[in-house]
Amino acid sequence: MAATTPFRSATQRESANQLGLWTLIATEVLFFGGLFTAYVVYRFTYPAAFAAGSHRLEFWYGTINTAVLLTSSLCMAVGDVMIKHDRRRALQLCLLATALLGLLFLGIKFSEYYHMYREQLVPGINYRAEGPPQMQLFILLYFIMTGLHALHMLIGLGALTWLGWLNHRGRFSSTGHQPVVMVGLYWHFIDCVWVFLYPLLYLIPHLT
Amino acid sequence: MTSYLAAGSSVRSWLCTLDHKRIAVLYLFTVTFFFLIGATAAVLMRWELLTPAGNLVTSDTYNRLFTLHGVIMVWFFLIPVVPTVLGNFILPLAIGARDVAFPRLNLASWYIFVSGGLLALYAIVFGGVDTGWTFYTPYSSTYSNSHVMVMAAGIFVAGFASIATGINFIVTVHKLRAPGLTWFRLPLFVWSIYATSIIMVLATPVLAITLVLMMLERGFGVGIFDPHLGGDPLLFQHLFWFYSHPAVYIMILPGMGVVSELVTCFARKRIFGYKVMAVSILSIAGLGFLVWGHHMFVSSQSVYAGLVFSLLSFMVSVPSAIKVFNWIATLHRGSITFATPLLYALGFIALFTIGGLTGVCLATLAVDVHLHDTYFVVAHFHYIMVGGMVMAYLGGMHYWWPKISGRLYPERLARAAAVIIFLGFNLTFFPQFILGYLGMPRRFHTYPQEFHTLNVISTCGAAVLGVGYLLPLVYLTWSFFRGPRAGPNPWNATGLEWQTDSPAPEHNFRETPVVTGPPYDYPPL
Amino acid sequence: MTANAPPVLRLVGVYLALLTLLALTATATLLPPGAWSTPISLGIATAKTALIFVWFMRLRDRPGLVRLFALAGFFWLAIFIGLALTDFLTRGWPA
Repeated sequence: MAATTPFRSATQRESANQLGLWTLIATEVLFFGGLFTAYVVYRFTYPAAFAAGSHRLEFWYGTINTAVLLTSSLCMAVGDVMIKHDRRRALQLCLLATALLGLLFLGIKFSEYYHMYREQLVPGINYRAEGPPQMQLFILLYFIMTGLHALHMLIGLGALTWLGWLNHRGRFSSTGHQPVVMVGLYWHFIDCVWVFLYPLLYLIPHLT
Repeated sequence: MTSYLAAGSSVRSWLCTLDHKRIAVLYLFTVTFFFLIGATAAVLMRWELLTPAGNLVTSDTYNRLFTLHGVIMVWFFLIPVVPTVLGNFILPLAIGARDVAFPRLNLASWYIFVSGGLLALYAIVFGGVDTGWTFYTPYSSTYSNSHVMVMAAGIFVAGFASIATGINFIVTVHKLRAPGLTWFRLPLFVWSIYATSIIMVLATPVLAITLVLMMLERGFGVGIFDPHLGGDPLLFQHLFWFYSHPAVYIMILPGMGVVSELVTCFARKRIFGYKVMAVSILSIAGLGFLVWGHHMFVSSQSVYAGLVFSLLSFMVSVPSAIKVFNWIATLHRGSITFATPLLYALGFIALFTIGGLTGVCLATLAVDVHLHDTYFVVAHFHYIMVGGMVMAYLGGMHYWWPKISGRLYPERLARAAAVIIFLGFNLTFFPQFILGYLGMPRRFHTYPQEFHTLNVISTCGAAVLGVGYLLPLVYLTWSFFRGPRAGPNPWNATGLEWQTDSPAPEHNFRETPVVTGPPYDYPPL
Repeated sequence: MTANAPPVLRLVGVYLALLTLLALTATATLLPPGAWSTPISLGIATAKTALIFVWFMRLRDRPGLVRLFALAGFFWLAIFIGLALTDFLTRGWPA
């Protein structure tokens, strides 16, 4: 078994990890990208139906959720700075704050889903809205895009928990905290996906 | 130094290995297994097509056979084979590294691949899928009564193995090159694996989301491709082919890289136009993303889009043609040895050229109207995938066999097998160009009497081809146990992988090599 | 790496800029819609993403290769959407 590392130095390994994670982010852009493509195609084709659909979403849920995620990103970024100064307790608090905000986001999201269920707006389950039939396309895309995003949030929460456990065991220091950087990159990227989902889903202007 | 084969002999030492060479061998067994399954489907199809009447299987079964053949051969053989077998084994050696950048990710990718394969096998065993490997909606999402979900899930999972391998190879080439090994000193095989990895990483995620969307529509009975909601089945095709066209470049680029290694070694000459070859590889990878609409010319896609895609498809043929010219220029006035690997390389050049030129025929809008969904298309892609890709793979396997196994294969038998494969291949697929031109549609198990003779010739060719493929399977396995032992460099080739023992030692090199000159630095003739 | 770490204050500054952009994009929807509504909200989203990429994800400290990788996915997605639209926008669909 080749147990020795292929790298010649820790710096080389760290820069390889960085490159690897940014490559992963590129794959995620394309993964969500398929959904964005479908969205663009159908929005060009059915502008009125999309506007009608957007109007059925809860503007404040979406806006508050965006603020929640941006705050969680701040906490994650601060945590990264903290561990660079060997402040493990501060990192732990930042990880906790990030995770709690992430949970808050998911809580708001799921109550939004439940609200739509009560309004009979869930395609394939109880969709019965008045309006153009193409509005269901928008609602479908809404559920799939935010659902995929929520799935990524769950994975992120898992990763944060793992980080918290590692930090609790004293595994991080100013010179060795690669997992914090990597999970941070992932978390910030998921935030960016939401930053685009928000205007595309919640802020479609009504056509005059 | 201990060879990688001798470093531990327990099952655990293989299944938990972090050694890129052992992982390559694991992949070798897996993809060979899938190749045999896909080939069995092909045998049954050609057997059915021996007679005009559909008397061997029902049309429904035939649908499942060609779907099985396509799905297995594309996703579980052609896409993984050269990157995960030859790439995994040779890439770190060729750049003077001890392993790939992320060895644990490498092992994980194999397990992910096997999981996807098991799902696909389950779907096959329990009745298969009848949608064709292209899974077009609404048939796949609404009307088909077959195991679409499980099969699509298997492909979805296998896609993650592809992505993981791609990430690994990209970072490996960027970060683990030996001192002195600048980008323009890399062997072309490394360039080809690098470009392939870029495609794997950027295209596969789109396939993944497309399969998810199709599965959601199937599972929930409503989806974004559903015309009842104003959805467009063509959107599925755009999403599907955005991946599946670059996928064919995932399949062929590594083969092109292998051919460059073989041609230089057995002509004992530097490659003609090294930088142009490297840039061509990157161009093929890049331009390959721009042409997917040529699969949709007659699908009711806009004619204007068809014009754009047709023009771009003509453009992508140019770097491929340049590579063929440069290989020939390399062979010209070289000191040629007709060893088995070179026979496969020559076969590749000839057959890939035919396949590529017929691709340009198909890229011509007006011509494609008549040829779409005929055997002309089938012949075109088999010339590239089988005549090109599989021959390059066999050539690479023979070339690097001493490094992988530490043994020499029987040369005369191997040359005979290469010739049998070449003849069998042409006998099988050349008639199919004519059949397609005459109008025989693909994916049908019956045909009019007038196509009988050509189909018989094609099936006979398939029998010869089958024998040809079995031969290396047998003699390579035999040579692993009984073949004469190989020295470090039986071909006297350049390349860092030849500067170390055969079979490769566990940790690749005693000390990290230092590179001071260009690749293919053969002495002037 | 420790020497490059931006002080927490700068991160909070970026955060406040992000919140301002959010407020901007949210209130812009309350204004009468126009042809510029969507490009503006997408532009604001791009600005937010750029801030996150540069400051939170520390692209400002990274070599050019990493920045190239960071942008690659978006570039390819633009190609996909652009070429797909050559079909959808010229098809005359729906009738």
